[in-house]
Formats: sequence, structure tokens, C-alpha cells
Amino acid sequence: MRKLSWFNVTSLFLGLAFLYLPMIILVIYSFNGGKLVTVWSGFSTKWYVVLFHDQAFLNAAWITLKVAVISSTVATLLGTMAAIVLVRSGRFLGRTLFSGMIYAPLVMPDVITGLALLLLFIAIGIDRGILTIVLAHITFSMCFVSVVVSSRLASFDQSLEEAALDLGCTPFDAFKSVTLPIIAPAVISGWLLAFTLSLDDLVISSFMSGPSSTTLPIKIYSAVRLGVNPEINALSTIMIAFVSVGVISVSLLSKRSIARRQREEQEAIG
Amino acid sequence: MRRAGLILAPYLWLLALFLVPFLIVLKISLSDQALAIPPYTPTLDITAGWQGITDWFSGLDLENYWFLTDDDLYWKAYRSSLKIASLSTLMTLLVAYPIAYGMARTADEWRPTLMMLVILPFWTSFLIRVYSWKAILSQEGLLNQFLMWIGVINEPLVILNTTTAVYIGIVYTYLPFMVLPIYAALEKLDGSLLEAAEDLGCSRLQAFWLITVPLSKQGIIAGSFLVFIPAMGEFVIPDLLGGSKTLMIGKVLWEEFFTNRDWPVASAVAVVLLLLLIIPIILFQRNEQKNREADG
Repeated sequence: MRKLSWFNVTSLFLGLAFLYLPMIILVIYSFNGGKLVTVWSGFSTKWYVVLFHDQAFLNAAWITLKVAVISSTVATLLGTMAAIVLVRSGRFLGRTLFSGMIYAPLVMPDVITGLALLLLFIAIGIDRGILTIVLAHITFSMCFVSVVVSSRLASFDQSLEEAALDLGCTPFDAFKSVTLPIIAPAVISGWLLAFTLSLDDLVISSFMSGPSSTTLPIKIYSAVRLGVNPEINALSTIMIAFVSVGVISVSLLSKRSIARRQREEQEAIG
Repeated sequence: MRRAGLILAPYLWLLALFLVPFLIVLKISLSDQALAIPPYTPTLDITAGWQGITDWFSGLDLENYWFLTDDDLYWKAYRSSLKIASLSTLMTLLVAYPIAYGMARTADEWRPTLMMLVILPFWTSFLIRVYSWKAILSQEGLLNQFLMWIGVINEPLVILNTTTAVYIGIVYTYLPFMVLPIYAALEKLDGSLLEAAEDLGCSRLQAFWLITVPLSKQGIIAGSFLVFIPAMGEFVIPDLLGGSKTLMIGKVLWEEFFTNRDWPVASAVAVVLLLLLIIPIILFQRNEQKNREADG
């Protein structure tokens, strides 16, 4: 599979243009001075000023961030446990059901998950609010974490951990000092994935939220339903910048750590 | 002991917050709408003992499901969701395959960068990416301005608030889900197979059809499920881009719940949608399991 033809180059170029043009346009128009979003009327940062004085948005952003940090942390813990069970536990009663419950939420339409969880919370009498949003987010994002971590666990040589056990480690120590460092990158990307999913969720949060728990996506949704809104363009630009810096730095860091590991392996052999 | 704890924590969590909620949806879909809190009857009254339980059972019926078959709206919404989801999965595949193919043929040092470029949109907000098309597709939007400026059209096209916009939205937002599994399959493909095919007299196109496509089947299947299943119940894209004319079942469910406050009918809509999706979901799970075991 080598040799790039003009066809390959064109399809890559068009594909990336399709993926990025809408976002680039959004970023450019966030610096538009006029209120009309499709007519350019000079460079201005006024929508950013408007945004930073909008208390409702700032409150929503704060709630969203809190929900995302708490839910992604719990989801990472539960998801990693589930991954270990999936990869290591062999057969146990209800294994098929368990793996079904891990994979189904990955593709389950949000409207169904949201409705089902809401009806549960109402049946057991928990008021809608931040707590219910957090519980819902943990539930679907732990499945994503578990898939990410289990693919890493499956490719990892279990004899390393057995060696540690033979050398007198307790199972917990062996896990902590051998397995955990190896699966750590997957656990971290699982956390990041859970964090992003939580930040991004509109539909499930809408079912879960009460009057005092409006999250950022709910706020954005109600603002853009009726049309294009310059304040939202500014907010989107900030979010896109944030994600880009994050993704690029994580991939640079992982590139460097792979290079370092290869160098160390070379030195160890040579 | 420790192993039991390890299994039980995630297991019980998913049972309580994933499986049980579906049973409740099923139960409420058999109830009747009521002007009360919660807005349905009957509610189970354990304190009334056996009498309470039998009363509860006799209050359940299939009325809401009959209602779904009575009203044309639901049938049309399911059909149009099915059509939109299948066609857009096919379109996503057609757009994604050349991209994944190009990525797999790029030199090793470029691959991580391309990979990152494909993943990055996936990390940015879904809602914002859907919203970004509003400014492009509207009547006075940038696409129409551009097309009129180069003189292809004289009058602006109506794209926003039509099904076309929904197709564009689905292909755009789900593209990374299709590109990545196909790329993962193509990356593993052994180039010498293609050389062998060409040595044996295959044209490049024949070699592509006979070797590359079948060997990337796993990726195509995984990608198609990842697009089709969520697209079936999609709410945000038809709501923001499709306007009032686009009928999709996710939107009907949403309106039934939030606007009409008819929870039993919303539950019945959800149950039927789930029945339509249960086979694809099981196939998806099998496929993932098989892929993982093949990798491990």
C-alpha cells in the first residue's frame, strides 16, 4: 500500500476541506462586526465582549464543567473496571448481558436513553437536576471508556503481570506497578473522551435537567434554534480553539513518548 | 472476593441505570396518560398489597401501540427515518472510503497527522458542527452567495429546512465514525497481495474490488453500524437543519414528550424504535466482540 496517486491526494484534500471548511467559516464570522451573520461588515471582537458579560452563559459553562469533571472521573473508574472484567474474567454468569450493556449505549439513540433514564428517576423520586445529569453521563460514558481501555488491555502481554506475581507481588501491587502504567494512556484517553462526551451532550441533559441546571449545550441549542447567532459563533470559536490546542498537544506528547520508548528499547538491545 | 467486587460494581450500575430504565419505559408504554404527577396511570401502590398489584396489572394495555398504528404520522416518521438513515449511511461510506484509502496509502510519517486531523472534529462539539451548516445552507447563506457569484444559479436554492440539509448534516457529523474503522482495516492490508493480484493479470480496479474491498469488510461493517444506528434516532440534525417538514422519529419522540407531555405515547414510540434497532445493535455488538478477539 504505497505510492500516492493524484486520486488519493484529491480525495484526502476534499475530505479534509469538507470536514474543516464549516468550522473555519464559523471562526471567521465570529469576528464579524455586524449582526447579520452572512454579510461581512468589518473585523471586530465585540461578540466576545458580549459573551463574556452574559451571566447566563457563564453560569451554564460553570455547571457544564463541574458535571463533566465529576462524571468523567467516575466513568473512568467504572469503565476501567468493566474493561478488566471483559478482557480478563473469562466466563461468568450473565457475561453476554454484561457485554451487551457495554456495547449498546455506544450506539443507542440519545432520545431513548434520555427518556428511559428520566422515567427511572421519576419512578424512584429523584428530582431532576445536576445529580441526575451526572448519573446519566456516567452511565453512557463509562461504556466508551471501557471500550477504549479494553482494546489496550487485550493487546497487552499478561505474562508480565504473572511474572510480577511469581516474584512475590500481591495482585493489587502487580496491577498497580505493571498493568496500570501500561494501560495508563488508554485510561487517560478514556477520561478525555468521557469528558468531551459530557461537555457535548444536549439530548440526554435536556431530559435530565431541572430549572436550575441549564448546561451549555442546552443554552446553545435554545439560542440557535431560531437562527444564526453571532454570540454563539464567538463561543464556538473559543471551544474549537480549546479542543484544537488540546488534541494537538496530546498527539505531540504521545509522539514524543513513543519516540522515547523506541530509543530506550534500542539502547536496551544494543 | 476482589474479583466479585470488580464485576459487581460496573454490572450493578449498568443494570440499575441502563436495563431497569428500559423496563420502566416498557411499562409506561402500556399505561394511560393522566393529568397528574407523574402524568400517567396506573401507578403501582405496594401498600395496597395484592389488590394493588392486580389493579396495576389490569390497568396496563396496548392502547398506545394501537394509537401509533392509527395515526399516519408515526408510520411515516419511522419510514422516513429508516430511509434517511440508510441512504445517509451509504453516502457516508462513499465519502469516507476514498479518504480512508488515501490515508492508508500515505507515507508512515504523515499518518499520525492525518489521523489527528480526522479525529479532531470528532472532539469538537457535535451541536456546534451541526449549527455551522446553518450559516452555509440558508437562503442568503454562503453556499448560495458563492454559487450565484460564480454564476451557476440565478436564484438562491432552498437547502436549509429540507431533507437535503439533513443528509448533509448526517454525512458531515458522522464522517469520522466511518473513516476510522475503514482506515484501521486498510492499514493492516498486506500490499504484496495487491502486487500478486496484478502479477496474476488483474487490473488495478479488479484488484481493488477483489482484494481491498473484501479485506476492509470489517471496517465497513463497523462504520456502517456506527452511523446507521444513531442516525435512526437522530434529533439534533433534523431539528436544526431539517425544519418542520422533515419527519424523523427521534424528533417525534421529543415533541411527544416535551410538547404534548404524553409520556405513555413517547414510551411506546421509543419501544418500537428500539425493536427496529435491536437487531442492528446485536449485530454491532457481535461484530465488535469478534474484532476484539481477532486483535487480542
